[in-house]
Amino acid sequence: MSIQITIDGMEINTEEGRTLVEVAAENGVYIPTLCYLRNQSCLGTCRVCAVRVNGNISAGCTVRVGKDMVVEVNSAEVADMRKAIVEMLFAEGNHNCPSCEKSGRCQLQAVGYEVGMTVARFPYRFEKRPPEFAAGKIWLERDRCIFCQRCVNLMRDAASGKKIFSISNRGHRARIEIDVGLADAMPPEQVKQAVDLCPVGAILEKRIGYDEPIGQRKYEVHSLRERTLNTEGASS
Amino acid sequence: MKNAIQSILERYGFDRTRLLDMLRDVDSAFGHLPEEALPLLEAGLGLSRADIRETASFYHFFHQEPTGKHRIYLSNSVVAKMNGFHAVRAALERETGVRFGQTDPRPGLFSLFETACIGLSDQEPAMLIDHVAFTRLRPGKVADIIAQLRQGRSPDEIANPTGLPDNDVAYVDALVESNIRTKGPVFFRGKTDFRALLEQCLSTRPEQVAHTIQKSGLRGRGGAGFLIGLKWSLCRGSPDEPKYIICNADEGEPGTFKDRALLTRSPREVFMGMVIAAYAIGCRQGIVYLRAEYTYLANYLNEQLRALEREGLLGRDIGGRKGFDFSIRIQLGAGAYVCGEESALIESCEGKRGTPRVKPPFPVQYGYLGKPTIVNNVETLASVTRIMAEGADWFKSLGTAGSAGTRLLCVSGDCGKPGIYEVEWGIALNEVLAMVDAKSAHAVQVSGPSGECVSAEKDGARKIAFEDLACNGAITIFNRERDLLEIVKEHMQFFVDESCGICVPCRVGNVALLEKIQRVIDGKACQNDLDDMVRWGGIIRKTSRCGLGGSSPKPILTTLEKFPEIYRRKLVEQDGPLLPSFDVQAAVAGYAQTKKDLEREVEA
Repeated sequence: MSIQITIDGMEINTEEGRTLVEVAAENGVYIPTLCYLRNQSCLGTCRVCAVRVNGNISAGCTVRVGKDMVVEVNSAEVADMRKAIVEMLFAEGNHNCPSCEKSGRCQLQAVGYEVGMTVARFPYRFEKRPPEFAAGKIWLERDRCIFCQRCVNLMRDAASGKKIFSISNRGHRARIEIDVGLADAMPPEQVKQAVDLCPVGAILEKRIGYDEPIGQRKYEVHSLRERTLNTEGASS
Repeated sequence: MKNAIQSILERYGFDRTRLLDMLRDVDSAFGHLPEEALPLLEAGLGLSRADIRETASFYHFFHQEPTGKHRIYLSNSVVAKMNGFHAVRAALERETGVRFGQTDPRPGLFSLFETACIGLSDQEPAMLIDHVAFTRLRPGKVADIIAQLRQGRSPDEIANPTGLPDNDVAYVDALVESNIRTKGPVFFRGKTDFRALLEQCLSTRPEQVAHTIQKSGLRGRGGAGFLIGLKWSLCRGSPDEPKYIICNADEGEPGTFKDRALLTRSPREVFMGMVIAAYAIGCRQGIVYLRAEYTYLANYLNEQLRALEREGLLGRDIGGRKGFDFSIRIQLGAGAYVCGEESALIESCEGKRGTPRVKPPFPVQYGYLGKPTIVNNVETLASVTRIMAEGADWFKSLGTAGSAGTRLLCVSGDCGKPGIYEVEWGIALNEVLAMVDAKSAHAVQVSGPSGECVSAEKDGARKIAFEDLACNGAITIFNRERDLLEIVKEHMQFFVDESCGICVPCRVGNVALLEKIQRVIDGKACQNDLDDMVRWGGIIRKTSRCGLGGSSPKPILTTLEKFPEIYRRKLVEQDGPLLPSFDVQAAVAGYAQTKKDLEREVEA
């Protein structure tokens, strides 16, 4: 059904039941996302897409648009909430962009730029997060995991359908884990897929480090905003 | 080991949704979840190691490391700490020769753990030994219990010396007191003719039953207060089949214990509420999700279910109505507060981590096993039974316009008569305090840590009702001598421990708030820190995925509002450009050590 909604006062015609972050992007309004993947079931874990919908704050990736919905994306208060959540992630993990293999291709780093973050308002934790090298082709750099659950939900062993990645423990003790046997059975394409699926530099292929020159990396060529808004020449 | 695991798998029909039960059995058979057991479970259930580990490591009653023969869980709730917790804790360490939280590769007779509120705030300090409850502890009593365990007696034999069968209410009474202080119009009435009641329900159409509940104005007693009749109608209207009903007996909010008393004194009222719901929405299978802390109720409740089956009030052709089949099973939890959230509870019933789902879809459309499901609290279901007996109008005449009926209050803390009270919604806080003999009440924690901390002086006239001071049942009273900041810290620690961690604001933000409150207690905070807490708390509340993060900053936010002086007293002035909490010595102290560690790492 054709409906009308407003985003930051702009009237938009769209179809009922579509995902808010998509509708916004098509109409030139960028809402930052980290865990969200187009055409995949909604994870709703990162909350970076927080927007105000009919007066209440919701994660934009979980919202299906409805008739006369009033959405607020870029007010100072809501924008600051999104920025705070990004800052929380930088305070929680150990994110050293200059030495990270994923720098320039990391969605967290890109979102950090988009929300205008310079430093986290929250105290940095600097916790020890031991890496996991046990699998043959993949290693986990736990310092960088943001617990988005993309790998947990989407990476399955082709033969058995079993989970390859999982989160152990709960709350602030949560930890990304890998099933070594299943990981070693991953074909090379699936390894690459897992590395690309990870929005940060937590899942990495062994024996590959910095394989793209600075200046030519994904988000340096086209920014995350350009890619999300599908600006001419950029693609997500 | 192989045979033991195989028989556990068989016990639950190799059903992946029963993973919690299997892990409970493995854990109790071996004292932990041994690494060797995992491949057998993997093979039996078609799961990966990663999959089993994510569930196994989520719940705090599962152990990854070996434990002693007897596992002792001492409740470290705020109320326990007001009633001699520290002396009891010290006595436990002294008598057992074991330290709390200590892991021993070759454990002996005992392992000691602290655990959050175990639903016995009216008789703290309390502990569970291998799931058997011991209450009103004192160092002498602890010494006696440990001595008996050393002589080879089981916790059951000690708590229940006359050997009452554990499926009898007398067994439960031997372990814990029900402490029901008042009997009101709705609960603990006794003597209900369930057969007649059922026949009366069956003589009307299912829609009519849902309509009666809707007309009564009954709202969910778990906390959110959703209209029950509406929830039922939505579930009934969902086109998908089969449908499920779940009784939420995961009473985890610190300071609540009414569901324990209802399940002890009135289990049939609760189960009949489920039967009535099953008739109203058209469902054949129900689950009671019972928190692990109430394991000592499980055999008694199972016996009550069997008795209802024998009487034809549960099972096949219920009440003589051909084709009205409905059965109930008990699902025990394994230790996780967040499972009280209905979608997390459903995940847990499916044998998974207790993480709240993304909503929509809501459980009435997509619940247990993806099917339409209603999740109702124990007290809600007991109310249903009474409403069907007495009528919607009768129920609606009780309470206030927006909060029909009565509410069970669980009163604990600084008062003369802790226990359970039935009150009509709309009662003033002052009246409650007078009724429970709380002469020196200063602060009252209403609804536990997730609720509000209010001032007895300023808020005494407020009414307990959804329209004013909403209350999930917990009323915890503190007098002027109690250190409210310490209590706030305990409550924040609770949320940090119990956050499932799936969303960022709750997982990360609460840790930052806990650090802030410690900074206040340490006398190193300035006004800027208080402003941060208010701003950060607001962000966490608004952006979190479920009600846990939606309320976790409230211990700080509500005390800042009602008792600003306890914070102000602790503040220091900022002198110069540095925050008072910044300690330059501490900031650089780790440098030498880090350098040494790095050098050692490089060498290795």
